Amino acid sequence: MSGLRLRVGVFAGVVLLAVAGVVVYLRQAVTADPDGHTPAAASVDTGVAPVVAGAHVVFRSTAPGDGYGRVAVVPVDAPSGPRAFTPASCERVHAVRGTAVCLVALRGLATTYRVKILGPRWTPVSERAVPGLPSRARLSSDGALTATTTFVYGDSYASPGQFSTRTLIGPTGGGDPVDVEQFTLRVDGKPVTAVDRNVWGVTFADDDRFYATAASGGRTWLVEGSRSGRTLTALREDVECPSLSPDGTRIAFKKHGDLPAGRWRLTVLDLASGRETPLAETRSVDDQAEWLDNDTVLYGLPRDTDGSASSDVWAVPADGTGAPRVLIPDAWSPAVIR
Amino acid sequence: MYVSVRDRPAGPDEAPGRRSRRVATTVVLLGVVSLLTDVSSEMVSAVLPLYLTAEIGIGLLAYGFVDGVYQGVSAFVRILGGVAGDRGRRPKWVAALGYGISAVSRPLMLAANGMAAVTAVVTADRLGKGLRTAPRDALIADASPPGALGRSFGVHRALDTLGAAIGPIAAFALLAALPRAYDAVFVVSFAVALVGLAVLVLFVPDRRVGAGTARPALREVLRAAAGPRLRRTLLAAGLLGVLTVGDGFLYLSLQHRDDFAAMLFPLLYVGTNVAYLALAVPLGRLADRIGRARMLVAGHVALLLAYLCAAGSAGGPVWTVLTLVLLGTFYAASDGVLAALVSRLVPAHAKGTGIAAAQTVVVLARFASSVAFGALWVAAGRQPALLGFAVALALAIPAAGWLLRRVEEER
Repeated sequence: MSGLRLRVGVFAGVVLLAVAGVVVYLRQAVTADPDGHTPAAASVDTGVAPVVAGAHVVFRSTAPGDGYGRVAVVPVDAPSGPRAFTPASCERVHAVRGTAVCLVALRGLATTYRVKILGPRWTPVSERAVPGLPSRARLSSDGALTATTTFVYGDSYASPGQFSTRTLIGPTGGGDPVDVEQFTLRVDGKPVTAVDRNVWGVTFADDDRFYATAASGGRTWLVEGSRSGRTLTALREDVECPSLSPDGTRIAFKKHGDLPAGRWRLTVLDLASGRETPLAETRSVDDQAEWLDNDTVLYGLPRDTDGSASSDVWAVPADGTGAPRVLIPDAWSPAVIR
Repeated sequence: MYVSVRDRPAGPDEAPGRRSRRVATTVVLLGVVSLLTDVSSEMVSAVLPLYLTAEIGIGLLAYGFVDGVYQGVSAFVRILGGVAGDRGRRPKWVAALGYGISAVSRPLMLAANGMAAVTAVVTADRLGKGLRTAPRDALIADASPPGALGRSFGVHRALDTLGAAIGPIAAFALLAALPRAYDAVFVVSFAVALVGLAVLVLFVPDRRVGAGTARPALREVLRAAAGPRLRRTLLAAGLLGVLTVGDGFLYLSLQHRDDFAAMLFPLLYVGTNVAYLALAVPLGRLADRIGRARMLVAGHVALLLAYLCAAGSAGGPVWTVLTLVLLGTFYAASDGVLAALVSRLVPAHAKGTGIAAAQTVVVLARFASSVAFGALWVAAGRQPALLGFAVALALAIPAAGWLLRRVEEER
């Protein structure tokens, strides 16, 4: 059967080509790493202390190399300069002075997710399991409270295969967190009891009050929450992932509006007047924004040029003027410590 | 399993003595193709949720919705694949097209990092899967002696499931060795898919199916696929499918009951697959002996028991494992067995169409079931919803048995 011999030959060629392609690709991926690793490893520990002494930004570094996924810090006045790497690695991080909350994914056959509270030395002081993929993390301004949002498989029962979120708020120092979905949600004064309720993206006002997004039946609301009252009160519709400004007067958020599914416009809401200001960033932002100061909003955007897993932290004026600019390249999940 | 490329595919003319020991080479080759393709596709789907949220920053809510919609689209493409395979009478090339589309979608994943691009790539993969399934099953049926159809499909599904088990392990091993190397996962996945495609194109015999030389007319294929015996089978499959709660919901139910299950969610899939893998061949052989229709009905009894295990208030690992074993038993007794059953109910020139029709009925019925079950869960709660479906299934099983009575008797 000469036909068979030919086919076996062609098959061997295909297998060889496939194996060679994989080997070449992996080798190039491995050797590409040390390039990024030099600046990364150079400044561990020693560089961190002077930076965190002043006003600084804590973020997840997405620069390729050893430092990928590590928490890093830069001074507020030199954000695009060299970064100092902490020993911690997080998918999502938020910090106040002396404390950080860190969501990590432990990859494996059964990937598990943990929330770690990091102390002043960036080492875990406590940790516990969270259900699902890390999405959002927030500390209250004094660090006493921690809020996390993770994606859990299929809590929204109506659509097969759909994913859903779980948001937990708890004391940072220890003690059981509460599932915010259990709070009473009121829209226009009426309680919403639908089981498809979802809450995500907490931002703290003080140690009792917070803002978050609640959703049910395809609608989303900005809700004001009270831990003591165990209530969520809807303030207005179509506000996702709120972030309260340092002066507590405005909220930066993702507005879906009439955009296609899965796209949002970064917008600022004045809480007193109810006026919404779309910001100059016209690309879709899927992030919980952070405030650099009372006039500037920060957010992460995936890099769309190299098709890689990298992202940058951008800054845009909070009043709708100006233009977005890259504040910290190769970064994600910023937290500003003033 | 003995594989030799020199073997001729077993046909109905094969000696009965050999038949009991060996499965046709074509079936094993198609199983290997499915194994490699499943390794490839499960590598990607295992890391996709993590990749999207942790690396690209796409909301999973939006992705999950799209995914659900395209499962539906794939059901219709399936019919197309079945009819095309039958009409062209060269199912191999329709299947190859399907496998090819899925393979090509892998490297495109590297370039895709917007919502639209990811959706397009995932859609291409699903379309490829929809297109190839029915013609491939028609090839398996064509290459197997009628008395051993259940075993043949069992062997194929076991290899297929083995691939689905290897895929995630390979992907996570890669990620453990090369953190964040999602691109490496996609590249390896593409390479594996390519080898699978090569096995299909180079070694699976290009058998003409159906008798005669004329290309069957579309109307003739459809009429042949709509015979009374098939109609009753489709009705039974639809009735049972509408009461088949998606395994995602069953896992979710276990997760709500036991805290341990919540953390080990992906292991639930592994548990079910292990049971499926272990039972696919024995239950396929048993189906050949006691009748495939009977095995199909018995499989749904296992499903009913799985509902009851998942609905019970008593939690714990024993009940969870039992649920998974029952679920695996159900898949082993239904998926390949249905294809084996249907392939005997339609004339040779309409096999692909008949199998596609049955699979589409099942997919659509299960889609409807998921929506209904989700609504019932929301309205009545987890336990009442499961018990409600259990009661309905308990009534539907005898009804399906009645519909399927004597369906396998020779004309």
